[in-house]
Amino acid sequence: MKKKKSFWQRLSQITFNDVMAWTAIPILMIIVIILVYNRLLLTIEPGSMEANIIGSYEIGFDNVTKAVIEHLQLILISTGLAIAVAVPAGILITREGFRDFSGLILGVANVGQSVPSIAILAVFMGILGLGFKTAVFALWLYALLPIVRNTATGIEEVDTNVIEAATGMGMTNRQILTRIELPLAFKVMFAGMRTAAVINVGTAALGAFIGAGGLGNFIITGIPLMRDRMILVGAIFTAVMAILVDWILGKVEDQLVAPTARA
Amino acid sequence: MIKFENVTKIYPGTTSPAVDNLSFTVPTGEICTIVGPSGCGKTTAMKLVNRLIEPTEGNIYVSDERGETQNVLDMDPIVLRRSIGYIIQQIGLFPHRTILQNMGTVPDLLGWDETRTRGRAEDLLNMMNMPLEFLERYPHELSGGQRQRIGVARGMATDPPAMLMDEPFGAIDPINRTILQNEFLRLQQEIKKTILFVTHDIDEAIKMGDKICILNVGGILEQFDSAANILAHPANEFVEDFIGADRALKRLNLVRVDEVMNTRPPLLQATQNVEQAVGFMREQNLKFAYVIDADRQLQGYVRIRDIKGQTGWVEEFVEPAATAIHLGTNLKDSLSEMLVVDYANVCVVDARNRVRGVINTEMIHKAVMESSDAAGGEEEE
Repeated sequence: MKKKKSFWQRLSQITFNDVMAWTAIPILMIIVIILVYNRLLLTIEPGSMEANIIGSYEIGFDNVTKAVIEHLQLILISTGLAIAVAVPAGILITREGFRDFSGLILGVANVGQSVPSIAILAVFMGILGLGFKTAVFALWLYALLPIVRNTATGIEEVDTNVIEAATGMGMTNRQILTRIELPLAFKVMFAGMRTAAVINVGTAALGAFIGAGGLGNFIITGIPLMRDRMILVGAIFTAVMAILVDWILGKVEDQLVAPTARA
Repeated sequence: MIKFENVTKIYPGTTSPAVDNLSFTVPTGEICTIVGPSGCGKTTAMKLVNRLIEPTEGNIYVSDERGETQNVLDMDPIVLRRSIGYIIQQIGLFPHRTILQNMGTVPDLLGWDETRTRGRAEDLLNMMNMPLEFLERYPHELSGGQRQRIGVARGMATDPPAMLMDEPFGAIDPINRTILQNEFLRLQQEIKKTILFVTHDIDEAIKMGDKICILNVGGILEQFDSAANILAHPANEFVEDFIGADRALKRLNLVRVDEVMNTRPPLLQATQNVEQAVGFMREQNLKFAYVIDADRQLQGYVRIRDIKGQTGWVEEFVEPAATAIHLGTNLKDSLSEMLVVDYANVCVVDARNRVRGVINTEMIHKAVMESSDAAGGEEEE
C-alpha cells in the first residue's frame, strides 16, 4: 500500500504557486466586493430613488442579498435540471440503436443554443407567462446543449481498445458504461456542466426582463433611470458571481477527476 | 481444446466471406498461431471464439477447466467471455484504474473477494518478474513493455484454460518483443494454456506456435500444421511464398540451443593452477577456454597466449564473458546474440548462471544444413 502522507508532510510541500492558485481569484473577488460596497453602495443617499431599490447604509442592503440569492436559485435550479436531463440524453445517443438520432438531438440542441437568449425568454414569456419559472425554463433549455454534447463527446472519445478489452473480458453493457465509459468521460462531461453553469450566470441577468428577479433587476431598472451606480452594482456582482462559479467548479473538477484522466 | 468446425463468417452487407469454412483443432495446452496477410480474417476468426463476432455458420467448441467441451454458441456470451483470457494488441488497460484493479477486472466480475484478487495479482506479478509496488500504480506510470506484461497478466487473472491473444506483442520495439516472447514461452511451459495467438508476422507465428494456421485473403485455410512441418512441406505456392525463401533459416527458430550444444565442453576451474590449465588447453588444442567456479557458475574466459609461461591461479587471468545464452533460447536468437558480441563460442547457462554447455557457430551451421536437407535440400544457406 502507498503510504498516505501526513498532514504536516503535505503542508510542508505546498509551494508559492499552490497558494496563488488557490487564493488569487477569491482574494481578487473579495477586493472587488469591498470596493463596490465602499465606493458604490455606501454612497447611496438615504431616501433617494436608488435607496428604495438597492438600499442604503441606513436601511441596509437586504435587496442586494435577495437579488444574489434569486440569481443563484435561477442558476442552480436550471443547471441542475439540465444535468438531470442532458446527461441521460447524452448517454442515450451514444448507445447502439440510438446513435442514428445523435445528429438530430444535437442539431435541435444546437438550434436552441443559437437562438439569442433574450428571444427565448420573449417566446416563452408568451407561452408560460411572466416570472421565475419561465426564466428557469429558458435557462434550462439553454444549458442542455453543452452538457448533452460534452457527455456524448466524452463517451465517444473513450479509446475503442479499452472498450474492446472490457467487452472481451465479459463486462455487460451496463458495466462498461458505469465502470469504464462514464469515469473516463467524466472530465469532458464536467467541462460541459461548468460551461453551462457559467453561461447561465450571465443569461440569468436577462431574467429580470420577465420579472424573475436576480441581479439583472438593478441593471434593467438602472438603464431607463440613468443611474450608473445601480447598473454597476448589478453588472459587477453578476461578473463576480460568474468568475466565482467557474473557479469553484474548476476546483471541484480537480478533486473529482481521476488522477490519470487529468493529464 | 479449441475446435473450429466448418466455421464461416459473412459480414452483413457483403457477399464474400471473411472466414470461409474453417476447421481445425488446437489441442489442450498448445499455442496455435493464426497468421496471414491483412484481410485474411485472422482477428475475425479469433473473435468468433468469445463471440465478439457471431459466426454465420458452423460451430466452435472450447473445453473448460474440467476438460468438458462446450459449444460456445450454447453459452451466454458474458459467461463465455469471463471464462476465456483475452489479450489485445493495444492492451486496452483501463487508464483510470490501478494495476491491481486492472488485473482484478475479471475476478471482480466473478465476485472474488478482495484478498483473493490481491493474492492472485501478487502471484502474477511474481510470475512476470515485476515488483509488487506496481499494484498501486496507474498504467501511464509504466513503460510500454511493462504495460504489455500487465495486459498478459490481466488475461490470466482467473487462470482460464483457454486464452485469445491478438498481436499481444505487436506494439513494442523488436528488442522488447523478443524478450516478452521468450518470457511468455517459458511461462507457457508451466501454465500450459490452450492459446489462439493472432499475428501478422510469420517469424512470430513460427516462434510462438506449436501449431500454425495460415489463412489467405477471404479467410481460406491454406495450411494447418506444426511449424516444422509447414517449413519442411509447404502445402502450396501461397504458403511457400508466405513463409519466405529463407525458410531453412527460419527453422533456426524451432531448434533450441539445448538440442545442439556441446554438453561436455572443456572448461577450466578458477582454482586451477596456470601450468595445469595450459597443459589442458594444449592437449585439447584450445586457444581459449571458459572458466567456472566450484558451483559451475560462469566466471569468464582465459586465452592461452595470456597465461602461457605464467604462474599462479587461473582466476587471476580471467576476463569477463560479454554474453551467455540461456537454456531454451532458440538458435536464431542465439546466433544473433553471438553476432552482436562477435563470439564464435558462447556458454549456455541456466537460470543460476551455471554453465550447462557451450555452443559455437559450427554447431548452428550444422543444424541449418541438417534442416535444409530435411526440407529436401532446396535451399542452401
